[in-house]
Amino acid sequence: MVEILSSVMDGLLIGLVYGLAAIGLTLIFGVMDVVNLAHGAIIALGMFFLYLFFGAGLHPYLALLPVAVLGFIFGVIVYQIAVRKIISGPPLMSLLATFAVSMIIIGVGTALWSTSPYNINFKVTTYNFFGYTVTSARLVSAVAAVLVTFGLYYFLYRTVLGKAVRAVANNREAAELMGIPSQQILAITFGIGTMLAMLSGALIATLFPFTILSGGVYELKSFVASVLGGLGNPTGALFGGIILGLIEGSVAPFIQVSWTNVIEFVIFVGILLFFPTGLFGGRK
Amino acid sequence: MKSAILEVKSVTKAFGGLLAVDDVTFTMFEGEILGLIGPNGAGKTTLFNVINGVYKPTKGHIVFAGQDITGLPPYEVVNKGLSRTHQIVKPLNEMTVIENVVVGACFGSENLGLEPARRVANEVLEFIGLDKYKDELAGKLNIALKKRLEVARALAANPKLLLLDEVLAGLNPTEVGKMLDVINKIRDRGISILMIEHIMQAIMSLSNRIVVLNFGRKLAEGTPDEVANDPQVIEAYLGDPEMAKRILEEEEA
Amino acid sequence: MKALKSPFFWLILALTALFAFYPRLGNNITLRETLVLSAVYIILASNLNLMIGYTGYVNFGSIVFFGLGGYFTLWLVGAHGWNVYAAVLFAGFITSLLAMALGFGILRLRGAYFALATIGVNEAVKDFVSNFDTWGGSEGIFLPFTTYKAMGGAGKALWTVYLLIILVMGISLLLSWYVKRSKFGLGLFAIREDEDAAIVLGVKAPKYKALIYSLSAFLPAVAGGLYFFKNGSVVPEEAFNLHLSIESIVMVMLGGQGTVSGPAVGAFLYERLRGLLLTTPSLSNFHLVIAGVLLLLIILFAPGGLMGWLYKKWPRIREVLE
Repeated sequence: MVEILSSVMDGLLIGLVYGLAAIGLTLIFGVMDVVNLAHGAIIALGMFFLYLFFGAGLHPYLALLPVAVLGFIFGVIVYQIAVRKIISGPPLMSLLATFAVSMIIIGVGTALWSTSPYNINFKVTTYNFFGYTVTSARLVSAVAAVLVTFGLYYFLYRTVLGKAVRAVANNREAAELMGIPSQQILAITFGIGTMLAMLSGALIATLFPFTILSGGVYELKSFVASVLGGLGNPTGALFGGIILGLIEGSVAPFIQVSWTNVIEFVIFVGILLFFPTGLFGGRK
Repeated sequence: MKSAILEVKSVTKAFGGLLAVDDVTFTMFEGEILGLIGPNGAGKTTLFNVINGVYKPTKGHIVFAGQDITGLPPYEVVNKGLSRTHQIVKPLNEMTVIENVVVGACFGSENLGLEPARRVANEVLEFIGLDKYKDELAGKLNIALKKRLEVARALAANPKLLLLDEVLAGLNPTEVGKMLDVINKIRDRGISILMIEHIMQAIMSLSNRIVVLNFGRKLAEGTPDEVANDPQVIEAYLGDPEMAKRILEEEEA
Repeated sequence: MKALKSPFFWLILALTALFAFYPRLGNNITLRETLVLSAVYIILASNLNLMIGYTGYVNFGSIVFFGLGGYFTLWLVGAHGWNVYAAVLFAGFITSLLAMALGFGILRLRGAYFALATIGVNEAVKDFVSNFDTWGGSEGIFLPFTTYKAMGGAGKALWTVYLLIILVMGISLLLSWYVKRSKFGLGLFAIREDEDAAIVLGVKAPKYKALIYSLSAFLPAVAGGLYFFKNGSVVPEEAFNLHLSIESIVMVMLGGQGTVSGPAVGAFLYERLRGLLLTTPSLSNFHLVIAGVLLLLIILFAPGGLMGWLYKKWPRIREVLE
């Protein structure tokens, strides 16, 4: 019993990190209808940025700050170069443009770091609560994911810029008529989405070894989590991530790990078909 | 009396709690032009969408040429000889004007092959005065020509009944005049027309009869004169008596 | 037959014949192996174009058909002793049927939702097959060398399979060409432009979409069967390689979506380019970067692809190269 509960707890904690990654994806979709296929590559890039700062002597948790800043800047640049021009075109164009970005990131990353695994070696404490053992790294990553999410909500609902983002998400033309510079807002949104993806990558890097290709798995998990919560709905994405983590945690003791992916994707396609606005409703 | 081409029987369409169309009943006869008017949000376009099968009615029936077509998908409805245009034009942008009309002919009531459909399309384009533009991309046309393309596509399906949704909106007076000619010519071909219109002078002069909707309900039905003099219509639909007077004057002019 | 009067019809036949017989001269096996890859790419791109270019539905997971075709074929040949001809045909039909059933579901989704669902389907099938013991799980299926004996030995069998793949390539091109000129194709293009308008004009969109989705599955499945039969083995990672799926989209875009020749030209060029990048030591590290930059440039500056560019430059070329 303790084993199952432990597994479920582990799932919940990692689910929060999935949720953070999914928020990055869903925010961009919600505001500009772009499914960012560079999401996985950006997550992987977050892992390696953390690795670089860690290598330069920064504590991994301190290094999250410069990773966030870099992530934002990187996102704005990607938007300006690859997305801006085709944002009003058919969905195929933005899917392919962001996929091209993904190829470029992975290509450069492979040239720099090859595809062999890296990890962040730092001091981790282990705690024991009534027989459930958990590392500080897991706890911190979950707490950090929650804090970043709160930060995002504060930004979206309490700041002028955040309100402008929501206005553009709601109706780009109307927002422009009200004098909101929509192009800048879209660039900022892409920056924030990218930042969240990189942060989630950085947090994952404190937990598991990683390669430049590791992002793919988390990209797919982000899709599943966002769709569970309703594409475009950040709160939904966080809960989607938690649900995903809980599913993984609760089935892990009973079946082979390799089957969890099958279950996830069947749920994914099923949700798309039968609840296209996600489990919690929301925008379509 | 001629036989009925379209019977709308107690049709209701609800979106959530909102009754967009509320228990509307009317009958339209063969060869007739019936005008459907009402203020914005009265449920006119929703009613069109119910008639041609875009929406299923929440309650009620649509009978077309004696056949119950309630709930049939739009492509089946077209096959039976009921075509429509859209208020917000929907040209197939990257296809040429003639290809747009060939689509209409191919998948219309006669289920034509490509070659015969091309012949029909050429005829229709000439009839409607678009033959000059037939090899241009539909997306490149101006709004007046796009509206005419909408009508051409619908007509190419060889309908018995044509639903026209604000084909005059957004046109300048010359273009309105040309479109009115087109509509009259269509009527002369024996095709019945149900049309939504906001330009009062046009609809009053074209229609044999008029149905007025307000807040989803049928407010009045009758000849243009009867409707224009109906105090309920003047009060509820037109709002201010000045407007009503103007319409009456337009009528007389 | 009106087709016989079209220069493009003869161009397709000539090209197919060239692919089929050129490597036979001097028994050039290296050339054959290069061309077989080109041919497979052309098959994938042409059939994908039926969805993306003709119907406007971005299928990101089209490779699932190729993979399923491979699995069905190797399973029937390996475990049930079928001959390869019957096996690939059966694989084609069963994959098509599965696509039809799936299509009625996921084709209700539009735009990005459809694209995501197709990725989901491919990944779900890949993960399922990786766990499916009947098909060898993550180890896949291997054919014993003796399988080829019935076809006169491995050497001869490989040539036969090569010719079959070229045949499938030719049929793919003819299919694209035929659909484009048909009433069915006109309906698809109407759906691509504006599905709601098409439905109101009388196009039976749900049926048409399911039909083209199913049709676009058949030849890739047959090709998958032949290709993996030629390799003698199939594993999940290779059969359901999402990357190849997306590369197929790049090929379609490179050549020009919605045209008949575009995807084929795109596939051929992409294969050449990829080969060049992978075999040039100074570039091989950067092949993904170069491909990515190329894709981005096409999307930003030449969304009509090579054919779109040619048509703009020489409009008359349309009459020969459709």
